[in-house]
Amino acid sequence: MNPLLQGIATILAGVGGCVAYFYFSNLVLDKVIFPARGENIGRNINRANMVRPWLFLLPAILALGIYLAYPVVASFYRSLFNRGGDEFIGLGNYITMFGEPEFRQSFLNNMLWVLVVPAAATFAGLLAAQLTDRMKGGNLAKSMIFMPMAISFVGASLIWKFVYANDADIGLINAIRSLFGAEGSVDMLQVPFWNNFFLMAILIWTQTGFAMVILSGALRGVPEETIEAAIIDGANPFQIFFKIKVPQIMGTIVVVWTTTTILVLKVFDIVYTMTGGNFGTEILPSYMMSYMFRDDGRATAVAFIIMIIVLPVMIWNIVQARREFR
Amino acid sequence: MDNIAGQKSGLTIATYVSVIAIVLIWLIPTVGLFVSSFRDRDQISASGWWQAPFSVVLADAGRAQLDTQKEENGVWVMKGNIFQDEDVADRFKSGNSSVTAFGSRGRDPGEFPVGTTATIQNGRTLTVAANGDYVMTSPEEITRRGPRVYFQANTPPDFTLDNYRTVLTADNMDRAFINTLTVTIPATIIPILIAAFAAYALAWMDFPARGLLIAAVVGLLVVPLQLALVPLLNLHNRIGIGQSFMGIWLAHTAFGMPLAIYLLRNYMVGLPRDIIESAKVDGATDFQVFVKIVLPLSFPALASFAIFQFLWTWNDLLVAKVFLPSADESKVMTVKIADDLLGSRGGDWGILATAAFVSIAVPLVVFFTMQRYLVRGLLAGSVK
Repeated sequence: MNPLLQGIATILAGVGGCVAYFYFSNLVLDKVIFPARGENIGRNINRANMVRPWLFLLPAILALGIYLAYPVVASFYRSLFNRGGDEFIGLGNYITMFGEPEFRQSFLNNMLWVLVVPAAATFAGLLAAQLTDRMKGGNLAKSMIFMPMAISFVGASLIWKFVYANDADIGLINAIRSLFGAEGSVDMLQVPFWNNFFLMAILIWTQTGFAMVILSGALRGVPEETIEAAIIDGANPFQIFFKIKVPQIMGTIVVVWTTTTILVLKVFDIVYTMTGGNFGTEILPSYMMSYMFRDDGRATAVAFIIMIIVLPVMIWNIVQARREFR
Repeated sequence: MDNIAGQKSGLTIATYVSVIAIVLIWLIPTVGLFVSSFRDRDQISASGWWQAPFSVVLADAGRAQLDTQKEENGVWVMKGNIFQDEDVADRFKSGNSSVTAFGSRGRDPGEFPVGTTATIQNGRTLTVAANGDYVMTSPEEITRRGPRVYFQANTPPDFTLDNYRTVLTADNMDRAFINTLTVTIPATIIPILIAAFAAYALAWMDFPARGLLIAAVVGLLVVPLQLALVPLLNLHNRIGIGQSFMGIWLAHTAFGMPLAIYLLRNYMVGLPRDIIESAKVDGATDFQVFVKIVLPLSFPALASFAIFQFLWTWNDLLVAKVFLPSADESKVMTVKIADDLLGSRGGDWGILATAAFVSIAVPLVVFFTMQRYLVRGLLAGSVK
């Protein structure tokens, strides 16, 4: 069948199926299992209301359970087996991995990404939010900075290939170098160590807009009185920003920071399209993809390492959510 | 807010200058891609996109036309126009190019300035005029093929849709575009309804374990996708879905679920309690309250989730690489560009730029038309 037709059929079946499920399951609950009539009417209504939340939640719980919760366990279990999945080797995959310089390098590179990208994106976003705040044409400027968020990482990588290209007639940076009289051209993606930062720049470029939008919302929420009081006390604009505004939006800054950190640990696209993990730029997600389809034991072990790195953020998020809920 | 205390005009100017600088830095790479996608491939390799409005010097070679050879005053003469040579005509079809220099050896195509008469090998002479007219003389009759005439020509900017034509008709890119649409639309629409019901239950229904479920959703929000790949692919293989569109729809639906539930619940909790309670007092069931009151009121949150999910599924590379078959006819655009174009067409910058632009055009349109909802959704999700 033509995939497009199949897609349309899936939309109809999916949406129709959901509507039918929710409608008929409620109907059955109210009319058949616990009918709101007869001698037990009061008890039936109460029982129906106890069951109903689970009817509403069932499809979502199934999706979350099978596609997100089960894999955490299944991945860990699989990572304890060898490549073919037929021999239990305990932590063998992890031990081999930590012994390999390639893995250690991608681990260290990844730590570098986790340190640099969220910090840079949050800082640039905060700067852009403060500068464009209440400025004429500020919204247009924000739109332009926000725009890369709509671009895929593959698209963004291609865009930056035109910046980094090893040819003064294509790559912007080499063109600027030759404008200043430098001889020859440099392949930016092969400069040892620093090429990691050139790749990070791409992710920072796409994520700054996200940070800016959220932080500018938070800046708007800073009470006017606190700023007025500071002005009356003679604070200069920098003091107002760093001592009055930033402390009040600290909570939001942390949210932006952690959200970007989580994203950094997911993105393999940039390294994959720009260097394919060569020239010392491998990171854990791209390292994992190089084992995907080849050695499931190894791939799941890498994935589980990423999970362990994410774990503190996850716990912190849950603690925050619980506190808010109370 | 001009002229309030604490605002200095010098600072205002500095602010404007820095904002303009930031916007330019953010915009320039994308502009480069856009301009490059309309340039002729020879021009791309001859000059940077920032020089696109200016002429470039291209070097090429054609052959003197043997069939024009005539004997005049004891020498054999060939005449013609170099731009009409069939090997050359295609590159200079704009007709506005002018020769700046010519030569007889490939090593040095600009050996002689235009208009001069040069003596070349075997006692022959050659002259080429700016409009491409050339005259070659030879002491003996040339029999086999016309000798090559090398030249450099100043060629005006050439903006063309050729790259778009190539990308959209060759290489299965048109197919990849349709595949992307096929993946994206069901994967955007289906999660919304499922998540909306769950979000309503978590926001407005009272039952034990509600707090636990909310915490679970928040926790699952950050589970790395990588963990899901191997076990789910094995699961899909076991139940017979394998690598297919069905598999990727299910995967995207579930992967979008935590964010959808989280966003929608945060929004629904904020709806006025009075409306919902008075509806219940009037005898409405939860199902009716949800369908008739909560769902219509939650439209902004539904819209912002839909945009997130659309952008995420359209731009995704990881899930598509794992859950779709690797055969060419089922590749989506991101996979096509990352795996095929970058590999086989690595040097063809025009095609790369165009393919990238085709793949980012739809999300950009969605982004600019729906930005309001996107911003609102982001703020609902993280500012408390």
